[in-house]
Amino acid sequence: MTNLLNVLSLWILPLLIFIILTVGIIKKIPIYEEFTYGAKDGFKIAVNIIPYLVAIIVAISMLRASGAIEMLASWISPVLNYFKIPVDTLPLMIVRSLSGSAALGVFSDIASNLGPDDYATKLSAIMVGSSETTFYVLAVYFGAINISKYRYAVAVGLIADFIGIISAILVTYWLFG
Amino acid sequence: MNYIFYFLIVISIIVGAVNGKLQDVVDSVMSGAELSVKIAFSLIGIMAFWLGIMQIAQKSGIIDWISRTIKPVTRRLFNELPQDSPAIGDVAMNFSANAFGLGNAATPFGIKAMEEMQKVNDKKDTASNSMCLFLGMNTAGFQLIPTTVLAVLVSIGYKNPTEIIMPTLIVTLIAFLSAIVFSKIFQKLWRNNK
Repeated sequence: MTNLLNVLSLWILPLLIFIILTVGIIKKIPIYEEFTYGAKDGFKIAVNIIPYLVAIIVAISMLRASGAIEMLASWISPVLNYFKIPVDTLPLMIVRSLSGSAALGVFSDIASNLGPDDYATKLSAIMVGSSETTFYVLAVYFGAINISKYRYAVAVGLIADFIGIISAILVTYWLFG
Repeated sequence: MNYIFYFLIVISIIVGAVNGKLQDVVDSVMSGAELSVKIAFSLIGIMAFWLGIMQIAQKSGIIDWISRTIKPVTRRLFNELPQDSPAIGDVAMNFSANAFGLGNAATPFGIKAMEEMQKVNDKKDTASNSMCLFLGMNTAGFQLIPTTVLAVLVSIGYKNPTEIIMPTLIVTLIAFLSAIVFSKIFQKLWRNNK
């Protein structure tokens, strides 16, 4: 099953490009001209998202630098102890929605410090693998089309993240606990 | 979003001052700003490439074909989009790319989908219901194999790293479905309040 998925992952992009170009040629589409026409937007989109990325990434970098995340972690840790959830995974739960590189950093830290057999390593692996950075996705996708009023999108993203954390805890407990 | 932005920054400054880390906070403004531009610029090349490929796919009718194939599902989910909207094909491409862990390829498809949704959006600065739903589904990060996590586990000598694939899939699926459910719930609540 895993092997099959790995092979699929490797082949899907080359296959996709192959099929799209071949169908284009068969249908007598001027593929070179169409490609360059479409590709022109790449620069425009990247420049468009800069203000949104700056706003979100700077705010989150500041929060991480201030030590607020560690403070929050020390407040919640009694609750986690009560439910027998390893406290080491707490910074990860907080940082997961905010910054992808930070989440990966925290996870690598847990994994290398506690080692492969630790329960916290398994739990944090599942937490990191099952999520996308909500605020990054917000900035990129809404930034690209200049949307500044997000309505309930932030709430939905964060609720889904929260449910993800809870189910990661339950699933890990069920399989490895 | 205005309040979130305000609180993130104000809390950082206050907590930073209390912890004596104000210098770090100031430095992080610089490094954060620099990082944002780096991320944006690193997207340009790959974005241009996939947008070019997508343009060909669009002209040759492949996107239309995909949209028609998954229509039964998307018609229910994105019921506010016109039924012939190219956004639906882009959404499909975005999810397939994400599922295979191809984040770099998924982003241009997702942005393309957002642009198509923007075309039929009445208020250009405000997210439509379809946009919120699509964004929610994307933040759940549905992925078949968590490649980066596996790489880290292998590097620390984890004996059987593939054992985390199934649980991760279960969790990401739950988050994905709850994003859809909550988008739909919020959509109703939001309309009633206005």
